Amino acid sequence: MSRRERAVDALVVGAGPAGLAAAAELAAGGAGEVEVLDHAPGPGGLPLHLTHRGFGPRRSPLGGPAYVRPLVRAALEAGAALRPRVLATGSPAPGTVDVTHPGGLERITARAVVLATGARERPRGARLIPGTRPEGVLTAGELLRSVRLHHRPAGRRAVVAGTGPGALAAVRALREAGADVVALVTGHPEAPLLPPRLRVPVLTSAAVAEVTGADGLSGVLVTGPGAAVRRLDCDTLVLTGEGVPECELARLAGAALDPATRGPAVDTALRTSLAGVFAAGDVLRGGGDAPGAAAEGRHAARSALRHLAGGGRPAGLLRLDAVAPLEWITPGLLPVPGEPPPRGRFTLSVSRRVDGPVLLAEQDGRPLGRWPLPHTALPGRPLHLYGMPFAAADPLGGPVRVRIGRTSFPAGPSRG
Amino acid sequence: MSVTRTGALPGTLHDVAVVGAGVVGTAIARELARHRLTVALLDAADDVGTGTSKANTAILHTGFDATPGTLEARLVREGHRRLSAYAAECGIPLEGVGALLVAWDEEQRAALPRLAAKAAAGGHREPRLIGPEALRRAEPHLAPGALAALEVPGESVICPWTTTLAYATQAVRAGTGLHLRCLVTGVTDRGDHHELATGRGPLRARYLVNAAGLHADTLDALLGHRDFTVAPRRGQLLVHDGAARPLVRHILLPVPTARSKGVLIAPTVHGKVLLGPTAEDVDDRRATGSTAEGIEALRAAGRRILPALGEEEVTAVYAGLRAATEHPDYRIRCHRDQRYAAVGSIRSTGLSASLAIAAYVAEALGDAGLDLGPARDLPPVVMPNIGEAAPRPYQRGDLIAADPAYGTVLCACERVTEGEIRDALHSTVPPATLAGLRRRTRARAGRCQGFSCGPAVRAAFDAYRGTRPGPGAAEAGER
Repeated sequence: MSRRERAVDALVVGAGPAGLAAAAELAAGGAGEVEVLDHAPGPGGLPLHLTHRGFGPRRSPLGGPAYVRPLVRAALEAGAALRPRVLATGSPAPGTVDVTHPGGLERITARAVVLATGARERPRGARLIPGTRPEGVLTAGELLRSVRLHHRPAGRRAVVAGTGPGALAAVRALREAGADVVALVTGHPEAPLLPPRLRVPVLTSAAVAEVTGADGLSGVLVTGPGAAVRRLDCDTLVLTGEGVPECELARLAGAALDPATRGPAVDTALRTSLAGVFAAGDVLRGGGDAPGAAAEGRHAARSALRHLAGGGRPAGLLRLDAVAPLEWITPGLLPVPGEPPPRGRFTLSVSRRVDGPVLLAEQDGRPLGRWPLPHTALPGRPLHLYGMPFAAADPLGGPVRVRIGRTSFPAGPSRG
Repeated sequence: MSVTRTGALPGTLHDVAVVGAGVVGTAIARELARHRLTVALLDAADDVGTGTSKANTAILHTGFDATPGTLEARLVREGHRRLSAYAAECGIPLEGVGALLVAWDEEQRAALPRLAAKAAAGGHREPRLIGPEALRRAEPHLAPGALAALEVPGESVICPWTTTLAYATQAVRAGTGLHLRCLVTGVTDRGDHHELATGRGPLRARYLVNAAGLHADTLDALLGHRDFTVAPRRGQLLVHDGAARPLVRHILLPVPTARSKGVLIAPTVHGKVLLGPTAEDVDDRRATGSTAEGIEALRAAGRRILPALGEEEVTAVYAGLRAATEHPDYRIRCHRDQRYAAVGSIRSTGLSASLAIAAYVAEALGDAGLDLGPARDLPPVVMPNIGEAAPRPYQRGDLIAADPAYGTVLCACERVTEGEIRDALHSTVPPATLAGLRRRTRARAGRCQGFSCGPAVRAAFDAYRGTRPGPGAAEAGER
């Protein structure tokens, strides 16, 4: 097996917002030779397929492709090499990545690696939706690529299942492709806010319970709300709203996973359990917004630069445990001594609606703080906890438990 | 040498028509092709191996647990030997991982020595009992509480899709006409030959072989027989992502007891982990849907055996139907006066026994008057490797250097390259659908199910469909 052996200073895997921003920061920060790999035919990642103006500054919003263009330019201008159509297939040791590309096989060794491999939407199989296996069932990600990149039709009658930005993007793409959106099925009790142009029938507190059809999809059975079961005739079912970290490479490299996010476990400096290996972006929790991912990419790059300059590992790590209905908190590890998280904030997710929410932390039964949040906590909507909230934690103590509760007091000054 | 999916069928008088292009039918066609006979292989579906042959547990059984003295016991045992050798010759993915029948309670533990004795009575002397410590060493991720196991070396996992395709490829190259989308609706005896009425017009053949699997009794009835009735048994299966593969080393078989049949957990040659099957008697021969109850039962059973499996993502849920009948054994009958052989009740061991069933049927046809003539060795085929045990094209610098298409990975999860997709569409038995492409290459069979590269795979499918291989092609693909 002839693999070309190469060495670079910093290797970034994934050319989406997180990876591009990391590469620009690394190259500009004097990391030396910086390389970005992606198996896609070009750089940009997920925003390439999101044409709506949901990116960039609120006053002059941009479409996805326009948003990533300056990220690509910045990485190139800083001197990073962007390598499309390169798939990372293994990691025999931390800092070493095996790749396949049309020019052959390589084994790349880097002094610092940033994993920015993104996320995928949970497809039908992983959602355990029963029924037959006809054509016509796909994730929103596949739909967007199919419609925007390959200009393929999207069927005539579509059902979209799930909520969040993916659902809106799917409705938009289906409309563009001339499909009739029969219903948006969401498990949440409230209908999402849909812009007037995208208004479609919404079934709340509902779920797709069965797929029917032999070769092509003929319809879906939807349960809820309550005991209601109805059949919707459709030829397309788009699934969205359940993000899963795409962390195969992290696992192959042997990085520890965060049991709550199922992405690589990272501390506030976005260090993984492997020396010299960092992670940033959607891979940390299975989703998120592009500017947040880019900020994490820069944050990871700054940590990588410190590592390249000879900075050591933290003396210890404290675990952050999210208590239900919190699903996870990321970064989920606190280095000792403390370092600020990306954008100066922790991100949390909640599995059900909590009105008048307040976050509480304790360590070994000792309260560490109490932080009211300004808005109702909703599933699929990230919560933020700013600053260095766990500074009072005992570096030699047990894990820090973070809970969410309800406060009868009015919310305090904006923290979330 | 032809594969057709549309148009009228050849008007020539065939020596043999084989109805049903599953793993058994393709094996029979391949065996007959060794004898310079003109053979037509018909199937109602648009591809080979789309019934029971595509949705099973993908295990090559030794037959250690078959009832000694039955035809099934004999043919599975012989089929295991034949297919093991054939797989090595053709590059069919196969891993001889061995099986462990794990006992979780006293009743099951007490059954193990009886199973070992039954295996020995059938000539299988390899199975041996192992204690809890050896079992723990063999399978470190097993749930606590396993008492003992019967270890069965020789039980293997195999690629059922490549197996069927290899048979079909060899048969077609040796002259068999493979006619798909060709449902047989009637059979008329014309004295010295059968005239088959099909959705694509008539086909004439002197001898007829019924390998119609789930529909074998329907065809049998067209010949005037009621020898068996297919009672489909549905098996639902969950496939787990490759991340789960390190959790299990052997095929973990349940110990059959009076109370329950249990489910198995098995690695697959594609680097995934299979959990199942359920066993449900259903009326509808097309009821290949999964159910919420079935999925939940499998998940619960899986967690009891291998707790960490529940933490891993499922990539696919599917259900297959086994062609069980009222008979506890294979039902292979040759009606000399009708020049007709029926291959019924193959149930769940058709893959393992396929080559032995084929030899048995050919011999029976000879006994019934078909002049087989001398057999010849067919030119060997080398199938594209889609298994994890041997290097795949994305891992082969030599192939990529010769053709960069083998370095262009289109399906990242499963590491499927553009070169492999092209080769599949240029192959002897090309796919007609994306599902067929998946069975040949694994494209879109991974954890993202097309989220990331689905449209690119579809574009490649469309681009290479109906094109012809260029000069110098087929170097890395099948040969």
